[in-house]
Amino acid sequence: MGAYHFNWFLAWQSFPRFYWGLALGLELAALSLLIGSVIGMAGAFGRSFGPTWLRLAVMSYVEFIRNVPLLLLIYFAFYGLPKIGITMFDNVWSFVVALSVYSGAYLTEVFRAGVNSVPVGYTEAAKAVGLMPWQRVRLIILPVTFRIILPSLSNTFISLFKDTALASAVAVPELTYAAEWLNVNTFRTIEAWTFAAVMYLFAGYGIAFILRRIERRYAVIR
Amino acid sequence: MLHDMSFALPQLLRGLGVTLEIGAIVVTAGSLAGFVVGLSLLYGGFAVRLAARLYVDTIRGLPVLVLIFVIYFALPAFGLRFSAFQAGITALSIFATAHIAEIVRGGIDSIPRAQMDAAKAVGLTFWQRLHLVILPQAVRRMVPSWVNVAVEIVKGSALLSLLGIIDLLLAMQNVVGVTFSPLPFYGLTAFLYFAVNFTISRIGGLMERRFAYLKY
Amino acid sequence: MAPILKISDLHKHFGPLEVLRGISLDVDPGQVVALVGASGSGKTTLLRCVNALEDYHKGSISLGDEQIGYQELNGRRVRLPESRVARQRADLGMVFQSYNLFPHMTVLDNVALGLVYVQKKSRAEAERIALSWIERVGLAEKVKSYPFQLSGGQQQRVAIARAVAMQPKVMLFDEVTSALDPELIGEVLAVMQNLARGGQTMLVVSHEMMFVREVAHRVVFMDGGVIVEQGPPEEVLVRPRTERLQTFLTRFRGVLR
Repeated sequence: MGAYHFNWFLAWQSFPRFYWGLALGLELAALSLLIGSVIGMAGAFGRSFGPTWLRLAVMSYVEFIRNVPLLLLIYFAFYGLPKIGITMFDNVWSFVVALSVYSGAYLTEVFRAGVNSVPVGYTEAAKAVGLMPWQRVRLIILPVTFRIILPSLSNTFISLFKDTALASAVAVPELTYAAEWLNVNTFRTIEAWTFAAVMYLFAGYGIAFILRRIERRYAVIR
Repeated sequence: MLHDMSFALPQLLRGLGVTLEIGAIVVTAGSLAGFVVGLSLLYGGFAVRLAARLYVDTIRGLPVLVLIFVIYFALPAFGLRFSAFQAGITALSIFATAHIAEIVRGGIDSIPRAQMDAAKAVGLTFWQRLHLVILPQAVRRMVPSWVNVAVEIVKGSALLSLLGIIDLLLAMQNVVGVTFSPLPFYGLTAFLYFAVNFTISRIGGLMERRFAYLKY
Repeated sequence: MAPILKISDLHKHFGPLEVLRGISLDVDPGQVVALVGASGSGKTTLLRCVNALEDYHKGSISLGDEQIGYQELNGRRVRLPESRVARQRADLGMVFQSYNLFPHMTVLDNVALGLVYVQKKSRAEAERIALSWIERVGLAEKVKSYPFQLSGGQQQRVAIARAVAMQPKVMLFDEVTSALDPELIGEVLAVMQNLARGGQTMLVVSHEMMFVREVAHRVVFMDGGVIVEQGPPEEVLVRPRTERLQTFLTRFRGVLR
């Protein structure tokens, strides 16, 4: 192999592929964060207030998922589920399922820690004002929990965004897949991976910057 | 089914061996290098600190998979030749180093500055202060996060299957590809990963108790 | 005149520890009753029982002619459903030692919350009432501030406004100045004194003996879960009859002479 010849122009031509790959990655991460949060809230609730069997079930789910590679879950959702008769998910949706189940385990812990860290005084003050139980949850406990866990949520989002790179393993056309495509089809290897790496870094730190601003806006407990 | 198992089990166990090997090498290399980079983050001169910070933040901002592909595909274009195994180990070690460096920095940073001052007042040299006063306290703080990184490494080693390294995950895929009832093999593989990581967590728990004399 | 708040033979224990051993206490409308005693004497627990924040094992507490937190059902004492208790709490205002302002709401929203969601007033009406109370505790320029932007004394004044805005039949004050820096105590006590002058019925747990002596109509001294002595402040605080109260008062000697 001779010296490598850069051809940035060729790489630049496929910029849209990278751009839309990045956008898809962000969408996948956001969707998984959303579904994972629903799982996480339910999990935290079941873990804290459920009967013994439910607590055990939630604990097993969390421990199991956190100790198993995400790629295994992705393969299972894509190749395994159809084998047991669940054929409704294409590669994109099977990835969303896997990432949601994965993030749900982490978010269960996030929500549990959040609810536990709401000072008991707020609940008592809410009682003293005369709020009904569901009003206390809706007006006080949930908003305060949300503000407490906001930093954890944004960290989770950023790491989910990085995890979307694994979707390329089941041919989801996100950013990593775009780099692989460029690599395989044009042999612009260095350009392809430089592109992808730089975009991941910019997107990741850009989002982090924005989320930190939002956190500061909502950080009312000091 | 039984026939499947007797055919599959040796393959899975061989894969598990490779996964464990990768994990052991990467955790060791990452811990050693991470310790050095972590100290550079804290005590290096301006240029060293900046370089270390740049390294840590860049690596931590990238998906591991991208890092693996960069090392595997892009570096050979510069004439550097790696085997898939070498490339994979290198990429994961670079990843582990960045994360452990941050843990070392955080752990040492969490020790009250007064401890360092007191150690200075006693007349200890820098390395004595570090090794006699700061590290014994900081190490306990580092254990939980260090365990997390070790678990992430074992999980991350599954990505090397994409380079064709026959680790536990690729061994599973090979097995799954030739059986009619793949489900038990997903389960068994997941269980093996779980067992490895659960063991790591338990060892971490024991280490934490070993250092439990530090109360704050 | 019939008492507005009637506590009879209240008993409560935490495990083997008896914290309330038969407390009976009536509060008339417009009266300010101060509960004093060493920490661990059961004052705070009593106050929390009145607002149904604690369960108790025997006895009863009534506001007007309605029992708080429980009902008699076939001769047995049964805890009321939370929604009923919530409605009863709307008639009782409570201020806590640690302020407990809702951290994600502005001063205005904190005070308006109960008016909107418990008393079902319109947002405009609620804000008008809230604003007038915020003005009366001297914080008109802070309506749009969040709790973390206020000093402890200011937070506590907002907490008082939040409770009082609901026009409760009885206000409960649980050591509301204990967490404050000394220089901030005065502004909070001044607000409470104004309320008392306005005829608000108040049950106050406090260690501020000067305040108690000036404002309270009746002082109740508790020790070991029982009421040891009670009466007008000028008697109880100045000429204590029991040795236990004498011992307790020695620590305030400088303040009370």
